[in-house]
This record gives sequence, C-alpha cells and structure tokens, in this order.
Amino acid sequence: MITGHAGMPADQSHADPRPGRAGADAAASLISPWEDAALAATLFAIDPAGTGGVALRALAGPVRDRWLELARGLLPAGGPRLKIPLHVSEGRLLGGMDLAATLRAGRPVAERGLLAQADGGVVELAMAERLEGATAAHLTAVLDSGEVVLERDGIAARSESRLGVIALDEGVGEDERLPEPLRDRLAFHLDLARFGIHDTEVTIPWGPAEVAAARARLPVVTIGDDFVETLCGAALALGIASLRGSLLAIRVARLAAALAGRDQVAEEDVAAAARLVLAPRATRLPAGEPAPEEEPPPEPPPPDPDEGQNEDEQDIPDQPLEDMILEAAQAAMPKDLLDQLRAGVERRSRPRSQGKAGAQQHASLRGRPIGARRGDPGPGVRMNVVETLRAAAPWQIIRRREVAARGLTPKRVEVRRDDFRVTRFKQRAETTTIFAVDASGSSALHRLAEAKGAIELLLASCYVRRDRVALVAFRGQGAEVLLPPTRSLVRAKRSLASLPGGGGTPLASGIDLSLLLADGVQRRGGTPTLVVLTDGRANVARDGQGGRARAGEEALAAARLVRLAGVRALLVDTSPHPQPKARELAGAMGARYLPLPYADAGTLSAAVQAVAG
Amino acid sequence: MPIAFPFSAIVGQDEMKQSLLVAAVDPSIGGVLVFGDRGTGKSTAIRGLAALLPKMRAVVGCAYGCDPEASAGSLCADCQDKAAKGIKPKSHLVPVPVVDLPLGATEDRVIGALDLERALTQGEKAFEPGLLARAHRGFLYIDEVNLLEDHLVDALLDVAASGENLVEREGLSLRHPARFVLVGSGNPEEGELRPQLLDRFGLSVEVRTPEDLPTRVKVVRLRDEFERDQPAFVAKWKRKDGKIRQQIETAKAALTAVAVPDQTLEQAARLCLALGTDGLRGELTLIRAARALAALEGDTTAGVPHLKRVAAPALRHRLRRDPLDESGSTVRVQRAVEELFPA
Repeated sequence: MITGHAGMPADQSHADPRPGRAGADAAASLISPWEDAALAATLFAIDPAGTGGVALRALAGPVRDRWLELARGLLPAGGPRLKIPLHVSEGRLLGGMDLAATLRAGRPVAERGLLAQADGGVVELAMAERLEGATAAHLTAVLDSGEVVLERDGIAARSESRLGVIALDEGVGEDERLPEPLRDRLAFHLDLARFGIHDTEVTIPWGPAEVAAARARLPVVTIGDDFVETLCGAALALGIASLRGSLLAIRVARLAAALAGRDQVAEEDVAAAARLVLAPRATRLPAGEPAPEEEPPPEPPPPDPDEGQNEDEQDIPDQPLEDMILEAAQAAMPKDLLDQLRAGVERRSRPRSQGKAGAQQHASLRGRPIGARRGDPGPGVRMNVVETLRAAAPWQIIRRREVAARGLTPKRVEVRRDDFRVTRFKQRAETTTIFAVDASGSSALHRLAEAKGAIELLLASCYVRRDRVALVAFRGQGAEVLLPPTRSLVRAKRSLASLPGGGGTPLASGIDLSLLLADGVQRRGGTPTLVVLTDGRANVARDGQGGRARAGEEALAAARLVRLAGVRALLVDTSPHPQPKARELAGAMGARYLPLPYADAGTLSAAVQAVAG
Repeated sequence: MPIAFPFSAIVGQDEMKQSLLVAAVDPSIGGVLVFGDRGTGKSTAIRGLAALLPKMRAVVGCAYGCDPEASAGSLCADCQDKAAKGIKPKSHLVPVPVVDLPLGATEDRVIGALDLERALTQGEKAFEPGLLARAHRGFLYIDEVNLLEDHLVDALLDVAASGENLVEREGLSLRHPARFVLVGSGNPEEGELRPQLLDRFGLSVEVRTPEDLPTRVKVVRLRDEFERDQPAFVAKWKRKDGKIRQQIETAKAALTAVAVPDQTLEQAARLCLALGTDGLRGELTLIRAARALAALEGDTTAGVPHLKRVAAPALRHRLRRDPLDESGSTVRVQRAVEELFPA
C-alpha cells in the first residue's frame, strides 16, 4: 500500500498556524483536479449518508465509469447499491401495496420501496438532470429525516433509511441540471467534463482499508471553533446563501481529517472542504463586487465581504487563514465558472431552478387523476388495480361461497367485471405565454414603458389563470431569454423591470428564439401562446449585420415558421401609428394583429385570452 | 422516530418561532405557512415544536382522540353515542399528534378508506381512518406544500375550513371531526400556492437565510453539535424546551382571560381597512393572534403593541396582488403599521 496522501499536501501547517498566501498557492498547485475528484469519491465512501452524496456532472463514458468504479470499490462492503431509473413510479420509490403478494395471501401485503431498501447504502440516480420535482422531493425528505414515511394504498409505515445519493447528471446546457433542492443537500458537486481518460491514470493512495479506518475514526474527530468560523466566513464571501453549504463543508473537513488519520481537523482538511464543497457552490468571487442581486437588498444590507472580512481591523486574527481557504477554493473552480464570476455575471442558479419548477408543475398536472370510477379500461382510461381490488374486497367471502357452491375451487381473489375501476386523468394542457419584447431604439423608450405596463397587466391575468410565462427580449445584435417558462409572477415582474432599451431591431432573431421556446413547451405537452410586441421595423439581420431589406425579409421568413409550427400568436404593434410592416408580419405569422395605440390593458388582456383559447 | 432538533436551540427566525407558538396556543387561528429560502430550518422548527408540545387529554380507545370535555357536536360518532347514553368515558394523556402529510400520499390514506385487511379477511365493511383523522386536535404538517398534488389540496381545503371530514366512498358514508392546525412549508421558487389554500393558513411567515457571519457560525455550530451527539444535545436543551412548554401551557390556560379592549378591535379594523384586505378573516386572525401573543407573554390585555407584532404574519398573504407594486407585501404591511401607529 502506498503511503502518504497525494490529495493533501505534506503536513507542515501544524507548525505554523497561519501560513501566508504563498502556502495557499503551493497547496493549490500541488493538487491535481483528478485527485480532488478521487478525494471526493473517497470522502463520500467513508460516510455516504453524512455527506448526502455527489452530484456527478458528466456524460456517460470511461471517465465517469472510472470515477464510479473508484467510489464503488471504497463503499462499505455489503451495503445496498441501488440504481433508480428516471421514470421510477412513486409506488416503487416509496413502497405501497404488493399486489402479487396481496393476491396470493388474500390480505394486504406491504412492499418496501427502493428508498427503504437502500437503507445504509447508496442510490444512483440515472439521468438526474431530468428528475421530476416530486421525485426529487421524496429524496430530499429522506435525506433530511433519515426515514421513509409511507402513506399509500391503505398502508401507513415508517422505515428508517440513511442513504447517500450519487446523482448522475448528464445535462449539457445551463438549464439542464439536477433540481436545486436536491443539489443543495449533496456535499460534492463534481464536473468531470474537463477530464480525459489519461487524467485518471493517477494512483490513489487509499484503499478500502484506509477508508474503513477513517470510518472508525470519524466519531472522535473534532473541529476547532476557529475553523468553523473560517468555513462559514468563506461560504459567505463566496456568496453561498444556504447554510447547508457550510454545514456540509464542516462534515467534509472532518472526513478529510479522519482519512489523514488525525483526531483534530487541520488546515489542509479545511482547505480540502473549501475546494470540494464551497468552490462549486460559489456565486461570486470574494474579492470582486458582489454579483448583481436580483432581490432588493434585505433589511440589514448583506455585509460586503470585502470590507467585512478583509479590511476591518477587528477581523485581523482570522484573515490570513480565511484568505488562504478562499484562495484554495478559487483555485479549485473550473475556468469557465471563474470567468463567469469574474465578468460579474451572477450564476443563474435562480432562473435555472425556475425553469425546472415549470416542468415540475407541469408533470404533476399532466396526470391529475379526477377520481376512480366504475368502467372498463380503454383508450385514455387506465385500470386502477388497487381501487379494483378494494371494490372486490368486501365480496370475497360471499363469492367464494358461491363459487364453492358451484363445485369449483375459488381463487384467492374473485374479481368480477363489476369491480373494474378506472382512473381518469384529466389532461389539462398548460398554457405558456411567451412574450417577445422589442426593446430596440426604434421601438422608442416611451413605447417600451407602455409595452411593459401592458405586459404587467397580462402577467396578472396569467397568474389568475395559473399559466406559465416566459420572456424574450431582442435589441441591438440579438435576442435573449430573460426568463425561461415560470409561474413566478415576482420573477417575471423583476426581469421585466430591469429590461433596458435601445439599439437596433433584430426581429428575426427575436422570433426565432421565441419559436425555440415555444417548441420546447410543445414538446413537454404544453400549449404555447406567443405575444410579440414590436413596431415591425426590423433592421438587424440574424448574423448581427445591419440592413433593413435583408432584416425585413428574414423577419418575414421567421414569422412564417411560426405559422408552420402552428403556434398561436398575437402581434401587438407598439409604434405610435399603426405600421403596415407590423400588419404584414402578423399576417405571415398567422397572428392576430393589435395596434397598441387603440389597445388599453383590458383589450390587450382579452385579446391574449382569445388567442390562447 | 428520528430525534428532533430542540426548538429552543433554533437561532434567530423569531417571527417563525413566534407564529408557531401563537398557533399552538390558539389552534383556531388556523395554521402557519412558512415560506422561504432553502436551508433555513423550516422543517426543523416545526419538528422541534412537535417535540415540546404539552400533552392533551383524550378518550381511551377513540380512533380520533376525542376530547373528553368537548361538547357533543365536536365528538366522533362513537363518543357521541356514549355521551348520549350517559357513559362517562375514560381518558388518558396522550401526546398532541403532529402528523406528516408526505408528498406522494394517496387520497385514500389522507381521507381514510375501506379497511382492506378486514374486508379481505373477514368480509367486513369497516372504515380505516386516514391522516386527517389522526391529525384531529393536533397539527397536520405538509413539507413542500406547493408541490402537493391538486386533488389532495382539494380534499384538504374543505376539511380545513369545516373541521369535519366527510367520507363518501366505497359504499362508506360517514363523517368525523378533523380539526387541526395546518402547517405548511415550502420554497416559493418552486411554485406558488393556490390562493384558496393560502387563505386557509392563519399566519404566514417569510424566512431568510441569515446574512451575518456570527449568526451563521452559531447556527452551523449548534447544528453540528446536534448531529454529532443527538441525545446529549437534546438533554442539554431540555430545560429551555421545558420552559417553552410551560409557557405554552400557561398561555393556553390564560387565553380566555386575556381582555381585548374595544380600542384594540378598532385599531385592528383600521389596519385591515388601510391595507384593503378581503373579508373579515384577516381581522379575526389579527385579533386572535394578538390575544395569543399577549397570553404567551403573560399580559392580561391585548393591545396595540401586540397587534403591531403579529400584523405582518397575519396579513401579508391576504393583500390583493398588485402586479404594478414592486415592493413586497411585508413592506406594505410595515408601512401601514408605521402610518397608523407611529412610535
């Protein structure tokens, strides 16, 4: 067995309690990213339930396989390891009535769900980026409480379940990722996309024996108060709002100490925790300006990490240590994340979860059962087995007697056609209204304000109808999605209020992007309605070049695609005097045309509702 | 049952703690909704409260935990029969039920349904009470309440308003009392709540992650200590939890004795008028909450200072939505309070 710990630099910091920046740099440069990934696997394997788990972002492939192999090899022997497929039914996940056994036994028999079976082990979530909100909520409930609470199919049970989660997130885009509530509870967020297979050919200096020893040592490992403070301060400076981040970092620091054979958490353990737990969660850089917050500042303004931690005289004692930790964290951030943070772009954690939220809502609506009723299964109606059994249940004794009287052997359960119960699902196609707003200079700022006002009123009526809304703006060189489909009125209002105006009119790009969103909505089974607010005077082509003629042609072409896609649309002409161009565009789009000068908010709202049907 | 984090060890979040205590003292206020950021201890507070509630007296063997002192109207059918025959029921002390309504619960378990086991094995048609029955006289807790399936929300709405569960299914036809304090928690980012359900909650609380380092360190430190040795931690906070339990008990006993002078009623009405809240529910909740708060603090009269402190949780979710007003409802309530009752 190889000795020494490659994941942690040689232990020298004990002698000097506060090494300076040089020490931190050295620490950061000593650690290769793959060793950190391996360290995460090891620490997770020591205490799967305590760390919550790993959000593993990678496409399926040899690198991910290598990582999983490593983690599996270190996990406690004999613990259950279950794979949970994406479309697992609630019944299988939580448990419920075991129909086969119930029929055999002639009395209700409960079946343990996957989450209960995984007690003391690990569950692997396949394609976790597409996980439904409800499934994620079951997992978070188990992670929080350590038990599965079952209230289904006439069965009530609680069973203990302490498990760790490996969420295999295969998302590629920004919007595809693990639901935020679950992600928040997993200590490690790893992105393996940056590794090639040759990166993984590093010998890892731990084996199952070291991991087992660390597991045994873990209960006695303590962490000093100053380290707790350091980690909390670093989390705050990196803009990590949820306190779970800090708490998990402390646990991971303790695990790192246990692995290194220490009873006391040392600085390198804290640094490891910062790299592995805090860095991937960062929403801003500690030294830079706080990223533009979307929310109005809360009553006590958040302490500026810059002044609060680094320049105040009273904070001197902790400062170098915290700096070191922050630097370690920063060094561990992938380059693209760093660039994003540096550019002052707030990581879109909120919008992302918003987009997901829409999908979750939709999923719960799609299959809204409107009760079971007597009837035969057929198209659009599904047999409800449990309800059927319920209906048959009271008659069993009588029927058995009848059957016996006819000289036949009664079955365990005698089900007649009369007992058949079917569930009807009400297909409520959810409407998503996509607003495409022309924020160009030609749309003139005063008209933009009016358009904003009109949209806000529309938003209010969308809220009443519980529609989802999305917002696309186009100006200057191109178009952008300000708000992916959401139900949050507050968010819609905010992104609208902060919409700037000015620049050219890239109408074609705006329509293209809206159509893309509409397509996504349709794919998920929703009904999109497109509301375009523009004066129709396109002057920027798709490639960002100026030129009225080409831009106009492209806009018309894009509009025709809308008609082809069968998306219902409304075009609101925002110019002071109705424009033939806008009317022409509406014609190409198959959209209803509504000149704003004549439209008050009420007319507008009625028009959208008429279009949305 | 996992061990709950002690209620008294929760750092900060005063509005949430106060609202939960107020609802525990006067269940007729109608429940608490806790909405806020992830990882702010929403569920922790509710489970902590469950652990320290004083016990209640219930009829022995009653499936619904009927109150032996209750009037006949609010008893279940069995206990009503006994009362009519003049039988004095035996009673015992039981913990106040705090029932989880987990996501993924099916309707039959929530409302109650035919007892399948007895039906299958004995051919008897018997009712198996559901979660609503179990929550009678206690708390019904729904985590992630905004993810609750629509048909379950429908079932809840009616029961929460009437205090009675009507079962008409599988040839069963019965009604039983189901008066409970509805407690919900969730994260507004994952979807909004239906206005009807929102209205069922007497109080609504917004929680935020603390932004200052010392508080955050304190929270994390306590939580960490708890997780390392749960029994020892609970033992350490036992006395403080006991004090809160005592406070609830005293307040419950004193509640009817707390005077609500006309002036307080008038001020409450003025506040609701200024905010334009719909109906009388807001006003009623405001006054009840102020009275419960007075009882909790050992005051004999509920006055304007109490009103001021419960105004935000009692009213913020009852304001008309105004899409053009950027400021949140909390700010609007505060503004109205400051205008009406200058310090």
